[in-house]
Amino acid sequence: MAAATDMAGSERGGMLLHAAELEQDGRAERCRLLSLCSPGLLLTLGLLIAPIGWLFWFSVIDDAGLFTIEHYARIWTEGAYVQIFLVTFQVSILVTGICLLLGYPLAYCLSQLPTRWAGILLIGVLMPFWTSLLVRTYAWLVLLQRRGIINNVLVDLGIVDQPLRLVHNLTGTVIGMVHIMLPFLVLPLYASMRSIDGTYVRAAANLGASPVKAFFQIYLPLSMPGLVAGLVLTFILCLGFYITPAILGGGRVQMIAQRIEASVHLFPTWGPAAALGVVLLVLTIAVLLFSHWLIGRLRRRGM
Amino acid sequence: MDSYIPHRQRLWLYVLTGLIIVFLVLPSLIVVPMSLSGANSLIFPPKTWSLRWYEAYFSSPQWQAATWVSIKVAVLTTLLATPIGTAAAYGLYVGRFAFGTLIYGALLASLMVPVILIAIGAFFLFAQLGMVNTIPALVLCDTLLAVPFVLVTVSAGLKGYDLNQEQVARSLGAPRLKAFLTVTLPQIKGSVMAGAFFAFIIAFDEVVIAILMSGGEGATLTNLMFASLRNEIDPTIAAISSLMIMLTTLPPLIGHLIVLRRDRSRVS
Repeated sequence: MAAATDMAGSERGGMLLHAAELEQDGRAERCRLLSLCSPGLLLTLGLLIAPIGWLFWFSVIDDAGLFTIEHYARIWTEGAYVQIFLVTFQVSILVTGICLLLGYPLAYCLSQLPTRWAGILLIGVLMPFWTSLLVRTYAWLVLLQRRGIINNVLVDLGIVDQPLRLVHNLTGTVIGMVHIMLPFLVLPLYASMRSIDGTYVRAAANLGASPVKAFFQIYLPLSMPGLVAGLVLTFILCLGFYITPAILGGGRVQMIAQRIEASVHLFPTWGPAAALGVVLLVLTIAVLLFSHWLIGRLRRRGM
Repeated sequence: MDSYIPHRQRLWLYVLTGLIIVFLVLPSLIVVPMSLSGANSLIFPPKTWSLRWYEAYFSSPQWQAATWVSIKVAVLTTLLATPIGTAAAYGLYVGRFAFGTLIYGALLASLMVPVILIAIGAFFLFAQLGMVNTIPALVLCDTLLAVPFVLVTVSAGLKGYDLNQEQVARSLGAPRLKAFLTVTLPQIKGSVMAGAFFAFIIAFDEVVIAILMSGGEGATLTNLMFASLRNEIDPTIAAISSLMIMLTTLPPLIGHLIVLRRDRSRVS
């Protein structure tokens, strides 16, 4: 009797031991799997998070290593800096606006076409992705120059008398940036439009709405979350542009990123560049958070 | 499709779409003809044809040196970013951690930060270490930029893969690494290769970090191209650009053809 209970006890004990082993095994397994992410996380920590922390630190200390807000004060008070921020916002808003005007009809048309045709046209939308940024910038220099193909066509058609100044200024910068950003807006927008149920619009038409009214009251609100997400992405990426304004702007369009790069070479200390970097980062994050809130609201209202 | 609006009334939409597509593809299309121009000008279309700009590129020691730097950086970045991204994708997919999305987000963080900030941050760091204008520094920065692309492509590949197959191999006694290499990897090969290709292109095309962190003998091809585009425009750029277009379009095209052929032979 006693022996039997003893045996049962040891058996249960063995099972418990087994369960503990299994659990330990499972934990070790999870640790191993987690460690597979560690090289990537280490890289992010060492090359992204730590340097940006450093950036914050450098932006608030002066040459003597004491706390200061002079680098931020300079951004606020010096006219040149204020001008750079104004230009950055002006260009970003302009590019985002033009991308909206071109991208929405394009994505709409693609979403209405049969998938086969849309697929062929999508190759055209994807083509810029397959061409290096510098290559496209070079192509725009060729296309937009004074005796370039675009000016020739405009003059030959009698639209303008004189060749226009299309490059090495704001116009060239905006054209180049729209070309880069348009696919970033069109692709997510197209994806979200494809998932809109066409029966809603047909139902509105059945109930007597004109096509225009059905579009504005039904289709546009349904496409809104995708549209806002695409516009925000466009705007944020525009804020940090460096290459296109530097080349197609021909020195006449100064944006934040160019100023940051110049500050690194210009000043003996890191402070001014770091402060500008922090401001750019904070602006980017602020726009991102605002859009997150806005999209959440739109989604909730959509339901 | 809500086609209750007649096509005729939508003509403006079709015309507008056509024009926007032309706007998008035009720059990619003019580069190759420009590179074959015989003249020392930017006139398009060229009046005479020649291969002189290709010759200029291949015979210039400066362009050649820069090309080698770029190739080295891109190959090393691919060799580093592909395993890092694949390992992370596998770990997150198999582990299904509660905080998995957080790790995923952290690994994608470099996509959210403007590149100029990554560039000056890295410049600070590598200036302290005395490593500015070295290939390892460029490779590490480019790897940071490339890992998200490998992670996203391989994660997508893993979603279509049945993990039980690897469990079977392991229950039959194969060690985890062997099971992964012989059972899982061959089946997600396509997405790993696509990720590796992305990593190569990102490193090869990277400009902003290259401008801050390379120069002189160690300048990358993009650094030299940027300088040339900013100062005087030399049609050699068109030849280099055409070669770069070939570099980015041929591998996916060939890959696509191989897949097509394989599918066809499987059907027949």
